[in-house]
Amino acid sequence: MEQLLHILEKNARLPLEDLAAMLNVTPQQAGEMLDQAKAAGYIRGFQALVDWEKAGVNQVEAVIELTVKPKKSRGFDEIAATIAEFEEVESVLLMSGGYDIQLVIRGKSFQEIALFVAKRLSPLDDVLSTATHFVLRTYKKAGEFFLEEDPDERECTVL
Amino acid sequence: MDYDKLIAPAAAAMRPSGIRKFFDLAAEMPDCISLGVGEPDFKTPWTVRDAGIRSLERGRTRYTANAGLKELRQEICRYMKRRFEVDYDPMSQVLVTVGGSEAIDLCVRALVQPGDEVIIPEPCFVCYEPITSLTGGVPVHVATRQEDDFRLLPEQLKAAITPKTKLLILPYPNNPTGAEMSREDFEALAKVLEGTDIMVLSDEIYGELVYSGQQHSCFASLPGMAERTIVVNGFSKTYAMTGWRLGYALGPAPIIKVMTKIHQSCIMSAPTTSQYAAMVALRDCDEEILRMRTEYDARRRLLVHSFNEMGLSCFEPKGAFYVFPCIKSTGMTSQEFCEQLLRKKKVALVPGDAFGASGEGYCRVSYAYSVAHLEEALKRIREFLTELKENA
Repeated sequence: MEQLLHILEKNARLPLEDLAAMLNVTPQQAGEMLDQAKAAGYIRGFQALVDWEKAGVNQVEAVIELTVKPKKSRGFDEIAATIAEFEEVESVLLMSGGYDIQLVIRGKSFQEIALFVAKRLSPLDDVLSTATHFVLRTYKKAGEFFLEEDPDERECTVL
Repeated sequence: MDYDKLIAPAAAAMRPSGIRKFFDLAAEMPDCISLGVGEPDFKTPWTVRDAGIRSLERGRTRYTANAGLKELRQEICRYMKRRFEVDYDPMSQVLVTVGGSEAIDLCVRALVQPGDEVIIPEPCFVCYEPITSLTGGVPVHVATRQEDDFRLLPEQLKAAITPKTKLLILPYPNNPTGAEMSREDFEALAKVLEGTDIMVLSDEIYGELVYSGQQHSCFASLPGMAERTIVVNGFSKTYAMTGWRLGYALGPAPIIKVMTKIHQSCIMSAPTTSQYAAMVALRDCDEEILRMRTEYDARRRLLVHSFNEMGLSCFEPKGAFYVFPCIKSTGMTSQEFCEQLLRKKKVALVPGDAFGASGEGYCRVSYAYSVAHLEEALKRIREFLTELKENA
């Protein structure tokens, strides 16, 4: 199962038959493993990794650091779940170190994100402070380079 | 000046590599995808690169001892003991070279005199023959076959031996077939060699890249074989260190001594930065090897499955990072197949006859590429074969 996850993490669109060959199982077994991985929540989804800048679509991305007031009984879970519900929010992570929760948010403009912080995030009772950092450029994301990759120069040798 | 008359005949007689031609063609095609190269797609593990950088920062920029850094030779011996259960003395039985290729060259030059016969199982790495010929040695080719899993059989070896036989080259795990010899296979060859004065050059550069839970046996670990065997190994394939140019030879002290003499005349010492980096590779990179091997293994199974499914019978290789599908069913020669595939679908493979006449009817496919790259290439090869059938 672990190998299946490793392979899919890099190549989510592999045909089932090829996946099966790589795992040394039958396509039917591979299909069952995949279903099981989805059912058990090992695989949370399949998404295209889009380079919006290259696609010419205006998008603004920001990382927001939050300090929050943890609840006596549920710790950070309650506020984290509340924030995760906002559609604009891409990821919510509980952090060690200087602040508590980090979220990544995407909007159409700086203003949209500023409004989100001012009108939706900051007013939450348990949010003590926010620090918003706008993303200037993406170099690498989810393991993929967003810059032009170096060409394969391996052809120079005889063998 | 008439250079043709000036160039030494033995050098002039060297054949140009059959691989070169295809790469040159492929290089002119912008959308061409290649499954041609013989070096890892992985980068050298970071700890190893870092060790190289640190050695430079500390100003270790001079020659090393001719035979290589003593500490590296000790590490090599420890590694060979740990992985392959062979014992070598770091002071007299190890020589650090500029890649495995130099070790092969030195070994042949140290042993072979004009007229000596060198047995070379084929298909194989393209350098054994020219190196043999340059020394005046006579290459004796033995064709291995798909039905024998491209292994060298004892009866084939026996039939090739004459009173002039000086050296047997054992290239396993094999480039280009991916074939591997088990310990039992090696034992059968050892029996044939017992009582003779035939030396063995065991090129085990792919020794860490053996799949399906098997473990490579070092030929020198067989009883009685260490005294006649020069083991060639290196860092290029195992640690993805091709550009660092570092390999080594292990063998009987008198042979290593002569090889070192030639080495100090023409090379002086292997690259110093690479030697410092290599020590870290041997010490700290077992996990990295495992990670790369696991990845290669999955790609290997993908290719074997896909070629067989396309109707190109493909022997299941046990080692290295190549598969060697048979293209005879298309009715084309290896050269025709590869050239048409390149022109029509812009996929570059290496025709099997580049590795010796017995490679005719096959082509070498490297899986030192990402899965996405392999998938695209397989798609195009599939299309090519379908169109061939439709036009037949």
